[in-house]
Amino acid sequence: MNNSYQITTSQDGKSIWRFLVTELKPKGKFLTPFNLISIPIMILGLGLIVIRFWKGIGSITNLTQEIPWGLWIGFDVVTGVAFAGGAYVLTFMVYILNMRKYHSIVRVTVLNGFLAYVFYAGALLLDLGRPWHVINPIIGYGFGTSSVLFLVAWHFLLYMIAELIEFSPAIAEWLGARKARKILSGMTIAAVIFGITLSTLHQSGLGALYLMAKDKIHPLWYSEFIPIMFFVSSIFAGLSMVIFEGSISHKVFFKQISEKNHKAQNGIIHGLSKICAGAMFAYFFLQLLVFIHGQHWNLLGTPMGLWYLLEMLGFVLLPMILYFVSYRTNNITMIKVAAVITMLGVILNRLNVTVIGFRWDMAVRYVPSWMELVVTMAVIFTEIWIFRWVINRMPVLSDPPAWVNEPE
Amino acid sequence: MSLNRRGFFKLLGVTGMTLAIGKNSVASPDSKNTVEFYGILYDATRCKGCRGCEFDCAEAHGFPEPLPTKKIATVRKTDESCNTVVNTYKTSKGEVFCKRQCMHCNEPACVAACLTQAMHKTKMGPVTWDGDKCMGCRYCMVSCPFDSPKFEFHSANPKIQKCDMCFERLKTGESPACAFNCPNEALLYGKRRDLIREARRRIYEKQDLYIDHIYGEHEAGGTGWLYLSPVPFNELGFNTNLQQSSYPALTKGFLYSVPTVFVLVPALLLGIHQATKGNQLNGEEEDE
Repeated sequence: MNNSYQITTSQDGKSIWRFLVTELKPKGKFLTPFNLISIPIMILGLGLIVIRFWKGIGSITNLTQEIPWGLWIGFDVVTGVAFAGGAYVLTFMVYILNMRKYHSIVRVTVLNGFLAYVFYAGALLLDLGRPWHVINPIIGYGFGTSSVLFLVAWHFLLYMIAELIEFSPAIAEWLGARKARKILSGMTIAAVIFGITLSTLHQSGLGALYLMAKDKIHPLWYSEFIPIMFFVSSIFAGLSMVIFEGSISHKVFFKQISEKNHKAQNGIIHGLSKICAGAMFAYFFLQLLVFIHGQHWNLLGTPMGLWYLLEMLGFVLLPMILYFVSYRTNNITMIKVAAVITMLGVILNRLNVTVIGFRWDMAVRYVPSWMELVVTMAVIFTEIWIFRWVINRMPVLSDPPAWVNEPE
Repeated sequence: MSLNRRGFFKLLGVTGMTLAIGKNSVASPDSKNTVEFYGILYDATRCKGCRGCEFDCAEAHGFPEPLPTKKIATVRKTDESCNTVVNTYKTSKGEVFCKRQCMHCNEPACVAACLTQAMHKTKMGPVTWDGDKCMGCRYCMVSCPFDSPKFEFHSANPKIQKCDMCFERLKTGESPACAFNCPNEALLYGKRRDLIREARRRIYEKQDLYIDHIYGEHEAGGTGWLYLSPVPFNELGFNTNLQQSSYPALTKGFLYSVPTVFVLVPALLLGIHQATKGNQLNGEEEDE
């Protein structure tokens, strides 16, 4: 086994290209319920994307001159990136705080985060009117350094690279590239530190995007603290996603996960619930402070005010209490319920800032067209397909190959 | 040197004054880097609502000719094929006409929002758009407090459309098409500073005709277009609650924190990483 062709060692002497070709083929059953639902939507979405580039953004979206950003920004990008926040929180816990307990779920979380960024940045391209100029702020055909979006664009690019580096040891293990793996693992800690710094700034940056829309966002959701709110909520948004995604992965990819990690899963979820509860407490407290300082008591009775109360009490306070209680009673099912409510709350919050509360006073409100919804779903399904493809091939949930732990 | 409270404030005051005076000297006329924005003063008491400016604007920018409308029509808005509209408002003083277009802010939100510098505040004052740089993200539209930039939603190669104060004409020494052609002298093109002086003179001389407010003098940190009106501006559909300071200032705090975060956070993370390294030995040896 220890010959000089390290790339081929784990594939029993096959050439790398033949190996890649065989790996590209689908594995497992094809006619699963998930495939039957997702394939038509993906094809339909592709058709709609063709129409969008042929006839313009207005041909399939309900966007107007007053509401230039809709579902594709408000949900795909702003909400999607919040859910991808689990990657920076977990790498912080495992690599910076050295909480070894969570090591077994780092890879799948980083993969999730990486794919989320790739696809949501991809969704951003659909929303750009002149996407062929997307490279301009990178190559400097106009460094708009005064723009928050400039910062966010650069951060997306750099963070994708950082996450790819964090994930790359898994790719090297899949290819059996021992030397490459050694070099790439050595870069992990640098990528992690860089990645967390970037995340701090662009999670809040997504909120800062809306700071100049001061007169357009409902006063209950607009404050100069939007960036801080977005950052703090990305912590529990990301971790709730980790709990949710982990619970599904442990069922769907049951066979790949070792006995030991199966047993550890509940302990991990339990630990995460405590962190979520703490972060949500901080978030709720911040929201309360902002609300009191905003002096918007009179707005609470309005329909938007009730909507605000629903978000704060039903989708922040309630899941926070659920997290607290289920942490104390070690009730794993209730933790998962809390995670789902929290995720709904994060979706609600991001949409309230970007879509629902944006131009809430307009006579004609923006409601996304069914075509916008289909394209959004197609993007999500494509991401899940890629996710599944990677999980089934690379040592993400499964243990790394034996040679990783072998002494040199 | 010890610094007590009073001394601190004194120092702060002196520093502030120096900065303020320093700033003034940059903008003072004898300085080399004189920035003197041009603008247009619109006087709603003089406008007869002939909509000639709409036709001149369409001709100057190659837009389709505006459709004829009845005198009191619904309030129209500018769009991707129309950079300016003149609307009729029923007010407390009867029918008043009001022209709308991009306000050409002194510190435009759209320019601060643009990540490719496609939106540009020219030294003369007009805010212009460069199609070679723009990626069509529409962040300018989200940020603009006046909703000025318009996007061609039904084009495969969409452009941002808005009033450019006829920048091409200005470069050749002409005045903007609308101001040049207005038969009622409702539009006056000139240096913003002179326009404010003129507006004050008109208000002073006919105090019963005008309300004592020049819209655009302070709104959104000052705009290139200035408005005089016989009625309060909210009756003409203006947002009178706009902040008096510039909109880009709203994101300054966030953007200024970026370098600090980039220096402090990695250092902090590395420190914590080093400090917690010992935990690894105590914890169970899983892998690596």
